[in-house]
Amino acid sequence: MPETFLDQLIYMFFLVLKIVAIVVPLILTVAYYTYMERKVIGYMQIRRGPNRIGPLGLAQPFADVFKLLLKEIVLPENANKFLFLLAPILSLAPAFAAWAVIPFDDWAILANIDAGVLYILAMSSLGVYGLIIAGWASNSKYAFLGALRSTAQMVSYELAMGFALVGVLILAGSMNLSEIVMAQKGGVFDWFWLPLLPLFGIYVISGLAETNRAPFDVAEGESEIVAGFHVEYAGSGFALFFLAEYANMILISALTALFFTGGWLSPFEGVPFLGDTILAEGSIFWFLAKTVVFMFIFLWVRATFPRYRYDQIMRLGWKVFIPITIVWVMVAAVISVFGLIVRGS
Amino acid sequence: MPIYEIVFYLFSLVMLTGAVMVITVRNPVYAALSLVLTFFSAAAIWMLLEAEFLAIVLVVVYVGAVMVLFLFVVMMLDINVAPLKEGFIRYLPAGVLVALLMAAELLVVLWSKGRFEAGAYPIQAPNPEGFSNTKAVGEVLFNNYLLAFEVAGVILLVAIIAAVALTLRQRSGGHRQNPSLQVRVRPDERVRLVKMKPEPRQGS
Repeated sequence: MPETFLDQLIYMFFLVLKIVAIVVPLILTVAYYTYMERKVIGYMQIRRGPNRIGPLGLAQPFADVFKLLLKEIVLPENANKFLFLLAPILSLAPAFAAWAVIPFDDWAILANIDAGVLYILAMSSLGVYGLIIAGWASNSKYAFLGALRSTAQMVSYELAMGFALVGVLILAGSMNLSEIVMAQKGGVFDWFWLPLLPLFGIYVISGLAETNRAPFDVAEGESEIVAGFHVEYAGSGFALFFLAEYANMILISALTALFFTGGWLSPFEGVPFLGDTILAEGSIFWFLAKTVVFMFIFLWVRATFPRYRYDQIMRLGWKVFIPITIVWVMVAAVISVFGLIVRGS
Repeated sequence: MPIYEIVFYLFSLVMLTGAVMVITVRNPVYAALSLVLTFFSAAAIWMLLEAEFLAIVLVVVYVGAVMVLFLFVVMMLDINVAPLKEGFIRYLPAGVLVALLMAAELLVVLWSKGRFEAGAYPIQAPNPEGFSNTKAVGEVLFNNYLLAFEVAGVILLVAIIAAVALTLRQRSGGHRQNPSLQVRVRPDERVRLVKMKPEPRQGS
């Protein structure tokens, strides 16, 4: 803790600088993630995707952003004005705040706290409020139904996700995200995806459900309830929800990379020949590459699978995922107690 | 030092405002949201006491789960305020009695043993670096109070089973789906393919 008031001010200035260094690239990533989504899905459906604005359509995200920001903000007549305007902010703030504890590399982390995993869980559970308030404040049946569906779904799948993380915590012996990554040191087969394979799968699938993405996107099933909780939002309000959803998708991808595939550690560690070169060094590029792979899986799944029915979603979450995770937590405990894998070797 | 105090008073102010709003606001949804705000500020103040595990668990459990379900219920109720206000005078004596009783209980606690005098709780020395709150809670819970912890778990389990048993009704005539049967359906059980010769079109 710095001593004088001036010291504290300088400390806070650098803190703000670091926050900007995380948030600005994050927003740009969201912008190009939407571009990537449209291109990837386009090619999977044998068409070209956006290609008119800028070379290869690369300026398309900015055109979209300016369109959304310059549009009129429509306030529904019978909406609860205060909560209606508060909801997008409540859904965006936790999506960004969670990034505070993400370690991008050994040295690149904003807040290296011991309860990092708990903090992530807390922030992701706060995101529900944005949706439920938006649905209620809009004073519209479709919006309310969408909000109920998505909150029930998020609360259910948070349990499966939490249990999947318990397995990781048992093997890593820590809730600090950097220490979880360092516990996986030693090469591809020391990463936690192998001993925790069922939990890894469940975490990725619950991640899809948690962010209300296809095939779990009944919350905004166009064919049933128009667009779900954000039907009544236009312009920048809608843009904020959009930003929050994509920031959450990137967050889940980054967390999967940290928990199950060794974060910034290199996959070439301990491999003959390549293991002695610079490729075996852990670096931020490995972390970003793994994150992009999981981000791609989000899009791939969306282009491939049809939408789930709502009761099937609930059944999958409660009756399939949660029992499997509980069993595998026991398995992880056995692995840990009998020392079948060695942390950080 | 001032930033610590600024943060403390800021969150205390927000928390007290939220707590007052819970009982004064007309709209039940606003009241529930004020309660969320109160919990959240309380968590922030616990964080200042270096009790980060408790603080975050408060947010995860109460803010993230309990209050969401509360909001569900409150939002779907169509509460008409007017009938609730009827009989205010009639119930006033009972209300005053309960309020006086609670105030008396509070005063007894506050006055006894000088428990809340200044200096009764000195400011704790900050925890040493590398001190893990979570580990400390876990060690106390699973070493010193294991039995109490397990008993609490069993009581909660009983409560869950009781809640399910009380609300579960076997209704007759309802349609039920058996997912494993649905999955095991084979096309030849549902569709019969018939081979037949083409017939001339009739009536032309």
